[in-house]
Amino acid sequence: MAKGSVAFDETYCKGCALCIQFCAKGVIELDTKRLTPKGYHPAVAVNNDECTGCENCSLMCPDSAITVFKE
Amino acid sequence: MEILYQRSKGLTDTPLHYCPGCTHGIVHKLVAECLCELGVLGDTIGVAPVGCSVLAYNYFNCDMHEASHGRAPAVATGIKRVQPEKVVFTYQGDGDLASIGTNEIVHAAHRGEKITTIFINNAIYGMTGGQMAPTTLIGQKTTTSQSGRSEEHSGKPLRVCEMLATIDGAKYIERVSVDKPLNARRAKRAILRAFETQLEGKGFSLVEVLSTCPTNWGLDPSESLDWLRENMIPYYPLGNYKNWE
Amino acid sequence: MAKVLMKGNEAIGEAAIRAGCRYFFGYPITPQTELPEYMSVRLPQVGGVFLQAESEIGAINMVYGASGSGARAMTASSSPGIALKQEGISYICAARLPCVIVNIVRGGPGLGGIQPAQSDYFQATRGGGNGDYRLLVFAPASLQETIEIVEGSFELSEKYRVPVLIVGDGMIGQMMEPIDFGEAPMQESPEKSWATTGTGGSREPNIINSLYLDPAMLEQVNISLDHTYKEIEANEQRAEEIGIQDADVVVVAYGMTARIAKKAIEESQAEGYKVGLIRPITLWPYPFASFEKINPNAKGILCVEMSMGQMIDDVKIAANGRWKTSFYGRAGGMVPEPDEIKNEIIKIIKGES
Repeated sequence: MAKGSVAFDETYCKGCALCIQFCAKGVIELDTKRLTPKGYHPAVAVNNDECTGCENCSLMCPDSAITVFKE
Repeated sequence: MEILYQRSKGLTDTPLHYCPGCTHGIVHKLVAECLCELGVLGDTIGVAPVGCSVLAYNYFNCDMHEASHGRAPAVATGIKRVQPEKVVFTYQGDGDLASIGTNEIVHAAHRGEKITTIFINNAIYGMTGGQMAPTTLIGQKTTTSQSGRSEEHSGKPLRVCEMLATIDGAKYIERVSVDKPLNARRAKRAILRAFETQLEGKGFSLVEVLSTCPTNWGLDPSESLDWLRENMIPYYPLGNYKNWE
Repeated sequence: MAKVLMKGNEAIGEAAIRAGCRYFFGYPITPQTELPEYMSVRLPQVGGVFLQAESEIGAINMVYGASGSGARAMTASSSPGIALKQEGISYICAARLPCVIVNIVRGGPGLGGIQPAQSDYFQATRGGGNGDYRLLVFAPASLQETIEIVEGSFELSEKYRVPVLIVGDGMIGQMMEPIDFGEAPMQESPEKSWATTGTGGSREPNIINSLYLDPAMLEQVNISLDHTYKEIEANEQRAEEIGIQDADVVVVAYGMTARIAKKAIEESQAEGYKVGLIRPITLWPYPFASFEKINPNAKGILCVEMSMGQMIDDVKIAANGRWKTSFYGRAGGMVPEPDEIKNEIIKIIKGES
């Protein structure tokens, strides 16, 4: 399996969680202990080791907040 | 590290104002990516509607016009006739295109205007707070159909692709959805083909994108995608309705 | 150049083309239809585009798009059609776009009739659209004057980035008169750095817009528009004045009504009465300056219109209580006769009015 990783720009993230729904590997969670400047719980990568770089999260992110890297 | 995906250069840096989980943002991104991949962003002039996407002129990284409610296809016609070598597109919601703007969209298609329309169908008026649209489904509750839309009172929902596909000047008409990654990828392919229809001078092109409105549907973003899939797609079948090829 | 005999609507089209207009978006309606017909033939000959829109609303929005993209664009209609264009006109004003609009006025309200009228004065000068905006409004009284106004209107509209509305009562569109086209007017536009022509990847996007959700910003937009309107008021008032310094009665009339009034004035003068004329050529800005030259001891001002009394409001504002004002009008496509106007003049002189 290809190895990827994801990063989130909290300027854009609204915590809608669609990235979490469409990640088959459980890489992403909402950080419910923090708020973005706009007042949302941001999505964060908690398990980048499992990321395959499939880009489903970035495709379904309405706010173009996600960058996907290939290791 | 190699970048597999990053925010499209076809979008400005301005954060979108849409509600969390609203699929307008997905469609904005797909349109922006298509313009970049075709290498035409600097030669593109977009037209924003009235409705939730009224501020689209702040988001697309190209020249933009803001049109009055429903008139975007007429505005785009004026632009395209002056700038026939440029790519001209309208981005319109279902209140804008399928209600107040039916005259303008039908005649832009009928003249075969070489423009591309991205039509967002989320079965409701979003910006004004969830009123019934021509595309609202039978039984769907809105603030102006509080017991659910009835066919006897308001008629059945309008199917725009099927209607426009009967017009000769319309050369590429497709209905897509962004309810899941597979469909979002298909949506992007359709948007690319629509712009290619324009670039090849074939005539009018339109892509209808079935979209969500979590706030006014009263559902969370994930439930909204399920609702779209279970309720909208059966009434609004996905697929190509017109293809010049 | 020798004089040519042309119908008003066609002369307007030719004048616009001479002024560099290459885009005309129209819709048929009597009595302006010869103008789109003429443009449909002539514009393709000069590399321009004529397009028959789906409606007057479509046509004005095509003008909005074309003008925003940098072109000299034009539309025309007649009263009920101009009513439909008001939404687009308001947007064009707010977005600071130039364009030229022609209204060949017919009687109203509603579908009204198709005969000449001047009952769109309020619509033209007070605006049928929403918001604080103004149009530069011209009301020519002959075809020679019409073409000169049309030829200058594109440049003027671009100078101020305010639409020009040319109001011709139905006769201006329908009658034929000899015209001397003279020197070709300026066809070059100033550089339009604001136009949507594609960024070419080398500049920030241009946005043609009228939405300002921040009230402080919208107020600034209104203040900026107002500065332009005040500049226009200072620079662009136009009127024909005849014998108003020593007149006992001053007739105020515009367009074809002024030509009829002139006949009445000549006949009154032949009978020894001192009668003057103010003929507003701009309806907005209204030629208030002309009224300052009226004989302070004049017995009254007579406003004559082909309406039930619309410009009379501006006449009263201009008179500001200094002279008695009275009104004579015919409506619905009925045209006043010189004798009817003369009777009104004599009534004022004899103190019967």
